[in-house]
Amino acid sequence: MITRRDLLKKFVKTATGVMIPLAAFEIIDPKKLFADKPFKTDEAKVRWVFLVDTYKCVGCGLCVKACKTENEIPYDANVTRTWVERYVVTKNGNIYADTPKGARDGFTTNRIDLGMGKKQDIKKEDIKKAFFVPKLCNQCDNPSCVQVCPVGATYQAPDGVVLVDRKWCIGCGYCIMACPYGVRFFHPKYHVAEKCNFCYHRINKGMKTACVGACPFGARMIGNIKDPGDPVTKILMTERVGVLKEEYGTKPQVYYIGLDKEVR
Amino acid sequence: MKSHVFRPLLVVIGLVVIVLIARFFYVPSDFGSHEKGYMYGWHRKGNEDEWKAFKVKYQFNNEYCKDCHSDKYETLARSPHAVINCENCHGPAMEHPSDPAKLKIDKSREQCLRCHYPLPYPTSGRANIRGVDPEKHNPGVECSMCHNPHKPNLRGMK
Repeated sequence: MITRRDLLKKFVKTATGVMIPLAAFEIIDPKKLFADKPFKTDEAKVRWVFLVDTYKCVGCGLCVKACKTENEIPYDANVTRTWVERYVVTKNGNIYADTPKGARDGFTTNRIDLGMGKKQDIKKEDIKKAFFVPKLCNQCDNPSCVQVCPVGATYQAPDGVVLVDRKWCIGCGYCIMACPYGVRFFHPKYHVAEKCNFCYHRINKGMKTACVGACPFGARMIGNIKDPGDPVTKILMTERVGVLKEEYGTKPQVYYIGLDKEVR
Repeated sequence: MKSHVFRPLLVVIGLVVIVLIARFFYVPSDFGSHEKGYMYGWHRKGNEDEWKAFKVKYQFNNEYCKDCHSDKYETLARSPHAVINCENCHGPAMEHPSDPAKLKIDKSREQCLRCHYPLPYPTSGRANIRGVDPEKHNPGVECSMCHNPHKPNLRGMK
């Protein structure tokens, strides 16, 4: 004789048991995950890399203007996916660097912006060397920003570009702290992590990135390092190039011609 | 089973089950470790296509402008400004002439000063570009009042 209480109990147990999908109990196996890591990543046919020729850059900032427009970064917010830094080294050994508004409007004054409203006048005859360095995401081979993401919202695409999933990002900001190059920021409108993605929508349609297209002097180039005929690959194979902050071990994939020790 | 120890245990197990069920429905099926492995490739696969579908704004191809504006194209192509893309001053034109029908031209002095403010920087191409002091050279007037940006040499003066 089954009581009503027992019947209800058994019914609830059975219903719960039936509803639990087996996949929910899938336990992540570290060994399997480690085996998943392809040491054979080289099978990918595309690996986007970037090349900057600092000798050619004149600091016009048209790249920054184009990038902000193309990628819908609020124009007047003081954040940008790419920016241009100005370095001035004086004869007495001082190093000045600035990037007012990320050089969105170029450099239209001789005075260096020291921050906190302070400006520094430098006489022409005191300058030992001065140059411009465009910066953008290095799309590292070992991206530290991706390693720290607790939810899998930022990741490396098969072609090496590091992307941010705006729907999945919880806005914790770990990645912003982890990037040694300071390329990440919070998007003022979406309140999620934001970064340069080599204009992923353009390069996948066979176009150049907006900054490369905007540059009148050919200071910026994008290419596929897996293609031996690519102009960028040819330069990387035959000329002397450097990368930023190699000591961090992130294996950055933005290469520079004419990099100097003052550049950080 | 009627123990004060087991009752809270059942509550905990129940909570775990609820979380697992919620996780099953919340996490999309394309979420997992993909080509780049667990350390760098743990993500929602569909997001790659979402970024690929992002709207393109700039052509950055002067050949696109050639068909309708051949006169401007030819003039510019023979000038030192030939290296500058039309859209750098005329604005993004991916869907022009349908959207927008008329492009907004940046004729500001600041646009010209990006390159033509004199900065005597050795080891940078900037030192080779001729510049003017904006505070002494006709301040307050648009450069294009006298200079033709498509034909910037002195013979092209208006």
